[in-house]
Amino acid sequence: MSIKLENLNYTYSPGNAYEKHALKNVNLEIPHGQFVGIIGHTGSGKSTLIQHLNGLMKATSGALYYDGKNIYDEGYDMKALRSQVGLVFQYPEHQLFEVDVLTDVCFGPKNQGLSEEECLKRAKEALELVEFPEKYYHQSPFELSGGQKRRAAIAGVLAMKPKVLVLDEPTAGLDPKGRDDILDQIERLHKETGMTVILVSHSMEDIARYVERIIVMNHGEKLFDGMPKEVFAHYKELEQVGLAAPQVTYMMHDLKAQGMDVRTDVTTIEEAADEIMRCFHD
Amino acid sequence: MIRDITIGQYYPAKSSIHRLDPRVKIVCTLLFLISLFVQNSILGYAIATVFLAVVIKVSKVPLKFIVRGLKAIVILLMFTVVMNLFLTKGGEEIFGFWIFHISEQGLRTSVFMAVRLIYLIMGSSLMTFTTTPNSLTDGIESLLHPLNRFHVPVHEVAMMMSIALRFIPILLEETDKIMKAQIARGADLESGNIIQKTKAMVPILVPLFVSAFRRANDLAMAMEARCYCGGEGRTKMKPLIYKNRDYMAYTVTVVYLVLIIGIGRFVPFKLWIF
Ligand SMILES: Nc1ncnc2c1ncn2[C@@H]1O[C@H](COP(=O)(O)OP(=O)(O)O)[C@@H](O)[C@H]1O
Ligand SMILES: [Mg+2]
Repeated sequence: MSIKLENLNYTYSPGNAYEKHALKNVNLEIPHGQFVGIIGHTGSGKSTLIQHLNGLMKATSGALYYDGKNIYDEGYDMKALRSQVGLVFQYPEHQLFEVDVLTDVCFGPKNQGLSEEECLKRAKEALELVEFPEKYYHQSPFELSGGQKRRAAIAGVLAMKPKVLVLDEPTAGLDPKGRDDILDQIERLHKETGMTVILVSHSMEDIARYVERIIVMNHGEKLFDGMPKEVFAHYKELEQVGLAAPQVTYMMHDLKAQGMDVRTDVTTIEEAADEIMRCFHD
Repeated sequence: MIRDITIGQYYPAKSSIHRLDPRVKIVCTLLFLISLFVQNSILGYAIATVFLAVVIKVSKVPLKFIVRGLKAIVILLMFTVVMNLFLTKGGEEIFGFWIFHISEQGLRTSVFMAVRLIYLIMGSSLMTFTTTPNSLTDGIESLLHPLNRFHVPVHEVAMMMSIALRFIPILLEETDKIMKAQIARGADLESGNIIQKTKAMVPILVPLFVSAFRRANDLAMAMEARCYCGGEGRTKMKPLIYKNRDYMAYTVTVVYLVLIIGIGRFVPFKLWIF
């Protein structure tokens, strides 16, 4: 179930005044079950990149292998790919259209050709997974709060039981609590179902504590790719491309500069607290 | 995909045509269109060709963009040509077979008609390629200003036009996004018969309408919050003022118009039947 990108290039409106080389020679391999964060400044090509993963956009050049098969080969079953790689767009609540939440979540499974009961079963499962309150199942999706709409929309993709879940800035426009709730839920989803999760964000702080691997995009190119602490070690370069390492990284570097013998590769506040306590105990 | 629609689109470039006052471009385009209809001779069309070619060259808009706009009228064009070719009578017969007869007059009319239509589209798309929608509406507003006296709400109409124009690319982008989101959920927009295809549009149209209303609402709110209350006493941040180059453009166009009418109508030059 791995995804592999080879020298992927994408150009918007080629040969036109609005021409934009949005992806430049991207090479990437994402094994099954990984929790990956894709991060980059606005306009760095994150959304463009992930729309390639389920074949919605076709690369100008290069290859994309899903499960070892090149999806650009003649006769490749794109519909099957799209039910394996679930893509949640930015502001997914803007795609809701049905009369009630449950029916809307059923849209995906119905397109997969499942029976009515199976669709309902899947929809309910998906809504439970995102902890959508049952009392709103039969309400119009347009009458929900922002956070609930987003949950319903994410459930709409989950109901298709994808093996890979890609989320484009799932926390955009949510308040801090709504943001933490959604991210916690995504993490739980990853743990419980073991699916590959690809989380796109422009905020390091958001994803640092959740993901196992961070891919940094800059001007359509892959800049860094590694475990969070490896990537954060480049905090100076990250600043130059308009990103920042989490605040604890800065704090630990400052402490170290002041002569305290702490490790600088911690990524979360909890780890940092433990590390500082360890120094005091020593 | 959906963004590739070119008709009525702006082509950003730095050229003297782009810099002209929008009023000049509107009036000169109208004069050019008139020039195509007040004469009907090969010399006249030759002058029009030269004029159009020079303006296109100066505008720096690639010819292929302007030609692409013609795709929209291919059917109309063919229809006109075929109709004129076979139905116009007059002069000697050039070609005859069964019920199909082409006369000299028919050939002449159909060729000239085709050229006229093509130049008409090329001329007007050149205007939209070199003028942003906003300055186009500014120009129209200013040109129609005298109608205010007859209680025509010129400012309001122009404001509506510029908002509508502004929303077209936004709504196209939105449509693109919603389509992609639904395709990602397995929606099938292509296959099936008409009824199935129409049904498949529901998941796209409903969110699109919701979003259009939401945006319209937001915009109205934002305008009211800034005390917008129509055209009365409203000044412009960038008022339209004629510069030297604008007067020059007028002069060139008027000279062209005089030339084409003078030569096209009064110089009896003929090449075969044209
Ligand atoms: N439909 C489009 N047409 C032309 N250019 C686009 C389009 N969508 C995005 N771009 C350009 O491609 C680049 C990458 O965009 P995107 O992938 O949306 O970035 P991100 O998601 O990282 O903010 C940007 O410079 C953007 O302006
Ligand atoms: Mg984006």
